[in-house]
Amino acid sequence: MSKKKTLTFCLMDAPFENARTTTALRLIDTAVRRGHNVNVFAYEGAVGVPFSKQSAHANKVHGFEEDEWNHPLPKDWVSEIMNHAEKTGSKVDWINCGLCVDERGMNEAVPGVRRGTPGDLVNWANTSDNTLIIPTK
Amino acid sequence: MAKTLNIIESAYRATIEEQDDTIVWITHAMKGAGADLSVLLRGNAVNYCVTGQKAPEISFGEWQQTHAAQIDQDLIALMGKGVPVYVAEEDLAKRGISLSELISGVKTVNREGILDLIENHDRIWHW
Repeated sequence: MSKKKTLTFCLMDAPFENARTTTALRLIDTAVRRGHNVNVFAYEGAVGVPFSKQSAHANKVHGFEEDEWNHPLPKDWVSEIMNHAEKTGSKVDWINCGLCVDERGMNEAVPGVRRGTPGDLVNWANTSDNTLIIPTK
Repeated sequence: MAKTLNIIESAYRATIEEQDDTIVWITHAMKGAGADLSVLLRGNAVNYCVTGQKAPEISFGEWQQTHAAQIDQDLIALMGKGVPVYVAEEDLAKRGISLSELISGVKTVNREGILDLIENHDRIWHW
């Protein structure tokens, strides 16, 4: 049996709202570092995670300019995970729920993200070694 | 000037992506804009005043986090700007946090003390 697994994640939370988004991406990053293939179905607010128009800012409260502050952007985390996958020989396939994208006007996503439907989640669940739903609360 | 009590209860919600607790941050910003503010930490947020806490370093691919949230230090800075920080005594006890673990300057309040705080402020903003 091959050690390489295919894991499907379904995310629901918007970026910058709670720790579940970060935790989910850490799990995905770990899977990729271990060489596994990962599918991500972003539903509801999670379609904002790879939204390419996110932008960093300065933090005047702490006295840092934008170039000093290294403000995290989840879209960059997604790109980093995808770039790293190429190095580890794994594959990351990210689908944003198209209707959720339309509702939010979030059509612009980082390269590698494509538009899909709940049927894609069904297909992935049927063909993956396991599926983890990380719901919103 | 009207006095506002910011009650912070939700804790560690988005502190990695935001590099801050967003309510501690906005309290800094509103103080800078001239507001008269106090802070009451209750619920899980009482852990914010435990000294020496440190967010773990995090990375995605080649990206490395810098300037991770240091909420105990942010509270010390807030008190340095003249914002009193109170913490609910019962919520500390429930979590097994002793007074010796707290940052200097934070004031503990029991339930009656919380009532007094509410009575002594014009606005109560529960975040």
